Amino acid sequence: MAILSARNCRKHHTKANGDGKRPHLCFLKGNDMRKKAEHFRLSEYLIFAGITLFTLCACICIGSVNIPMNETLTVIWNAIIRAPQPESLAASIILPVRLPRVICVALSGAALSLAGAAMQGLLKNPLADGSTLGVSSGASLGAVLAIAFGITFPAIPFAGTMIMAIIFAFLSLLIILGLSYKLDYSLSTNTIILIGVIYSMFVSSAMNVIIAFAGDKVKDITFWTMGSLQNSSYKNAVILAGVLLICGGILFSLARELNAFAVGEDNARHIGVDVRKTKLIVLITVSILIGVCVSIGGTIGFVGLVTPHMVRMLVGPNHKRLLPASAFGGAVFLLLADLVARILLDPIELPIGVVTSLVGALVFIFIFYQTRKR
Amino acid sequence: MLQVHNLTVSYGSHTVVDHLSFQVVEGQWLMIVGPNGAGKSTILNAITQGVNYTGTVLLNGTDVKKQKASSRAREIGVLAQNHHVGYEFTVEEIVRLGRYAHSSGLLSGRRNEDEAAVQRALELTGMAPQRQQSVLTLSGGELQRTFLAQVFAQGPRLLLLDEPTNHLDLVYQKQVFALISEWLKTPGRAVVSVVHDLSLARAFGTNALLMHKGRAVAQGEVKDVMSSGQLDRVYGMDVRDWMRTMLSQWDGDE
Repeated sequence: MAILSARNCRKHHTKANGDGKRPHLCFLKGNDMRKKAEHFRLSEYLIFAGITLFTLCACICIGSVNIPMNETLTVIWNAIIRAPQPESLAASIILPVRLPRVICVALSGAALSLAGAAMQGLLKNPLADGSTLGVSSGASLGAVLAIAFGITFPAIPFAGTMIMAIIFAFLSLLIILGLSYKLDYSLSTNTIILIGVIYSMFVSSAMNVIIAFAGDKVKDITFWTMGSLQNSSYKNAVILAGVLLICGGILFSLARELNAFAVGEDNARHIGVDVRKTKLIVLITVSILIGVCVSIGGTIGFVGLVTPHMVRMLVGPNHKRLLPASAFGGAVFLLLADLVARILLDPIELPIGVVTSLVGALVFIFIFYQTRKR
Repeated sequence: MLQVHNLTVSYGSHTVVDHLSFQVVEGQWLMIVGPNGAGKSTILNAITQGVNYTGTVLLNGTDVKKQKASSRAREIGVLAQNHHVGYEFTVEEIVRLGRYAHSSGLLSGRRNEDEAAVQRALELTGMAPQRQQSVLTLSGGELQRTFLAQVFAQGPRLLLLDEPTNHLDLVYQKQVFALISEWLKTPGRAVVSVVHDLSLARAFGTNALLMHKGRAVAQGEVKDVMSSGQLDRVYGMDVRDWMRTMLSQWDGDE
């Protein structure tokens, strides 16, 4: 197979040059991973999972206090088998603080990136991500309201912000889809993008009004909107894992439909995809993913935009491979960003959203430059 | 095979197709001709449920509107005019999408039947050597042949073509039309296509539907419909004279 692909590649090169066209990036097309199978093989899954797990462990070890890898693993192992934990600094840092945070970071990264990959395919727009629809802005508004007015829910007092964010995410989804239906029954891509942008603007001006009157809560609000997973708990991790599993499963089951959309919506209709139904399911699923992510970690930008691009360069545009690879890639990306946020200006911690936006914007320019250079 | 009855399509208050009725039987190649804005492409869009319409479209007696998208796609295939693929899919991936309506689930392994259809379509269109090439690097003609392969793999009985060779050079035009003529030779199949080139329509069509401002001006066998008197009226010019002028440019070449 490898020989065959190399030959194809060379042939293509000569042909392209003969035509006077610029040669195409062959190392990407000649990439064997892409030609072996449509689905990931088990070994490929294991490689991705291995890299993600390794990053995860490294992120647990490194911090304001560095803990050796073997000690870290011992602590975690003891916790898993419920063995008595020897009294140590490591255990008191890892178990209540770092572990839940790092797990939440990884899961959020996976969720955001998965949502981004799905939206980029669905809308056939490489600049789309989970926030394109405007749901994440809506969720932010809910959270900002909760912080500014100290809204809590009697049954679950600790999670006022989170619940408000989820409620507002869902309300936003209803408003956006309702409006889209009213304006354009066929839910065309342009309508969705336009309404998403307008809705986001409207919501952010509403947020600014609240901030203007928030007085001493301004710092809390600003910090929250920049995104942070600092105070993540195991509860958050469980919620995220559950949502990621369900929504990820739904999106993965629509991989073929997403491929068709990425080729073109008309083409999708022609080959027999139920276009409206698919769109609706993907939009709702992505909204749930994004709503939950925002409610737990605030708005963390650029992960959903950049990771699918990087992953696509590696595994190709087929969603059967792109979706799982994006989930792993997003986890690694956000883990590293969180690590930088923690250690760069230690003891001050940067909001993770700032790091992802900075790194993401740079990476994005680089990718853009690379693709245009061809 | 295909029966369209009282088809009406409106965008707002503007009626694009007005109470149009026609039918296509097996073995026919129906050419829909007429000036720009006559509503030709909209007819094809209505048949594939891309626009809202009133009236009925029956395929072998079944109302297409009530059909599931996938069962419709097993019967009706479409080759569009332009293709703007968003990402670096390979030729083979595009062609394989044509089997979407036939394969059941995501996780069901590749079926031999699907693989054979893909392979056949790639060979038929001559795209087999380029199966691993990214579609973003193809020429216009190769891209059109890739999508033709997709629709062949889809295996419909009715093929809808929307200006299939509009932006292609003569070589590709000839290739694509030859491939479609060959495809139509199998019994039980029919083609409906929208074309601007009246000579192409006359050369390949068995039947024609002449449209003007959303209405059918004439329909029937190609020779009868595309008479110069009728064309002159619809296009508002002397069509044959224009074509002769074009052809006469080659006079004295031999």
